[in-house]
Amino acid sequence: MSVDNTSANLDKTPEQDGQPVEKPEAASAVTAVDPRLLVREQGLLGYWSEFKRKMKAGELGSMPVVVGLAIICVIFQVLNSNFLSAQNINDITITMVGTGMISVGIVFVLLLGEIDLSVGSVSGAASALAAVLAVNQGWPEWAAVLLAIAAGAAIGALHGFFFAVLGAPAFAVTLAGLLFWLGFMLKVLGADGTINLDSNGLVGKLTTYYFSDVAAAYGLAVVVVAVFFLTSFLANRRREAAGVPSRPLSDTVLRTVLLAVISFAAAYMYNQYKGLPLATVIFLVFLIGSDFVLRRTPYGRKIFALGGSVEASRRAGINVTAVRISVFAISGGFAAIGGLFLASKIASANQSAGTGDLLMNAIAAAVIGGTSLFGGRGRTWNALLGVLVIVSIQYGLQLESIAEPVKYMITAAVLLTTVVIDSITRKTQKTAGRA
Amino acid sequence: MVHVSATPVLALRGVSKRFGAVQALTDVELEVHAGEVVALVGDNGAGKSTLVKTIAGVHPIDEGAIEWDGKPVTISRPQDAQALGIATVYQDLALCDNIDVVGNLFLGRELRKWGVLDEVEMERRSRELLTTLSIRIPSVRIPIAALSGGQRQVVAIARSMLGEPKLVILDEPTAALGVEQTAQVLDLVERLRERGHAVVLISHNMADVKAVADKVAVLRLGRNNGVFEVSTTSQEEIISAITGATDNAVTRRAARTSSTNGEVSK
Repeated sequence: MSVDNTSANLDKTPEQDGQPVEKPEAASAVTAVDPRLLVREQGLLGYWSEFKRKMKAGELGSMPVVVGLAIICVIFQVLNSNFLSAQNINDITITMVGTGMISVGIVFVLLLGEIDLSVGSVSGAASALAAVLAVNQGWPEWAAVLLAIAAGAAIGALHGFFFAVLGAPAFAVTLAGLLFWLGFMLKVLGADGTINLDSNGLVGKLTTYYFSDVAAAYGLAVVVVAVFFLTSFLANRRREAAGVPSRPLSDTVLRTVLLAVISFAAAYMYNQYKGLPLATVIFLVFLIGSDFVLRRTPYGRKIFALGGSVEASRRAGINVTAVRISVFAISGGFAAIGGLFLASKIASANQSAGTGDLLMNAIAAAVIGGTSLFGGRGRTWNALLGVLVIVSIQYGLQLESIAEPVKYMITAAVLLTTVVIDSITRKTQKTAGRA
Repeated sequence: MVHVSATPVLALRGVSKRFGAVQALTDVELEVHAGEVVALVGDNGAGKSTLVKTIAGVHPIDEGAIEWDGKPVTISRPQDAQALGIATVYQDLALCDNIDVVGNLFLGRELRKWGVLDEVEMERRSRELLTTLSIRIPSVRIPIAALSGGQRQVVAIARSMLGEPKLVILDEPTAALGVEQTAQVLDLVERLRERGHAVVLISHNMADVKAVADKVAVLRLGRNNGVFEVSTTSQEEIISAITGATDNAVTRRAARTSSTNGEVSK
């Protein structure tokens, strides 16, 4: 209560109580900070009041999914004490990489406010292509992998062409893609239907290789935390030097500590089992890379702009067609990468690759993680959180030996809950003037 | 009074524009000087938007000439207009709701440092720009969705100023705005004039026109129907020019007498 009172007093200014009409002399003496802006108080109380304000305004961000993940962990741990064992967590984090990669591509497409239904089939087609080239045609595996990824990107670009240039709805184009690339995969695989991969080859190692040295996991944690702290610290120094508002040092330190706790806990957990999995490292690299592209580059800004208003983007001189095609190419490329991880997990390319609930899981992961279906809001980290939820549920139910039908129904319930939360928060945000 | 240059920044000489069977503009003349606000008024369908679009390069003209700083130019694409130094703020604001003020101001012309967005410099320049224009918004880091209609309009106008244009065209900037927001936008228009920009203001609101414009150019059915000095013209005279009531002597006399009566009663 006391927190509310102080913040209310802070917000109360002559501007609000007195004459709102702008006087010329007041206008010339414009201050750096508008008195109407809610300024966060210093210290821990500040974080708490800011948090409460955001919750009320519907700016939930990743909150629901983090809470949901915690609930899932508690429930399954109570049911079966093996759930939070190092081996189980290790398995979850490796299994999720395939779907997670596809989901990262979906986040890009969702940011445009569009959808790509073909990613499942494209991932299957890419893994089939890589397997045929490497095993049947005798290509070196790295070349087959590169070609498969390039093919995925090209397929995505083709979908993008139909959508962006010819103006067909993305939904319909990628639905056609779903069917076509499924057929393509079956044709490529031929009569046998299954091609076994060399489990010691490049693709095979993707999900089976571990950096078994204890120092590897801890070393990575140290590097991640140090780089995070240094970049935040230096960015803040630059902001201070330029005279624009910057975060207090305590804020940076708090975030760094939080990241350090998570990183070292993960590193400790991995070291309890076989060490740092290669798949996790690759996934992290792609997550950090794609997040950087989206939030720090002009290209990423264009994607967000298109998700906000196509007309505004066009008038601002953004090449709408090119951005749209490239985003679908990215989606296809990530689908191919995800397909390779999924093939690696079962050490083969077979006819069921890319079918079943893969597509729905990839889209659900992006949405569960907090990416808006309406475009313009989301981060690639959402894919990580979402896929973590989905795969955790799958593994938890498996430990309880709950049958497949129930798994589908529970995953569906989780997805529906998230979409409802998304819709409700959007309404709240509208009333709070944030959407 | 603000100094007004001798050569107009923009001059339209006998501009005509046809769309199929429709003669949208016929022999239109318009002059805009630096440090001058010219209001463009007229009824719906009078050709205001078409005229603005010919200047902005959306619709190239069929006949006539456009002079820029006294020299004839051809404007056939929006890029031509931008290159000359013409900035247009359209009625529908063309801002992205999900991006913050800084991002919107620099949309399509982001500052980079080693290929990466230079957020610090963009934020610094945004604050600088908003301060020089005396624009008050809570923070440059909140999304456009969180701003009021007037604040959005002001941001849209500020965005047109980033390229240091010589001529700013505002298409109904106060439509759908409240009293205070309208006042903010009108303040901004006056500041543009003080900084030596030429401004073309389209408006249906006579009070706004009287408040900030130096000259009023009236269009009626795609033709000029008079250019008035705001300081010496009554609102009734402008309105009759818009509606065409000046077409006969009786209404002209009625307008004249009523305006003199009005002055007497004050």
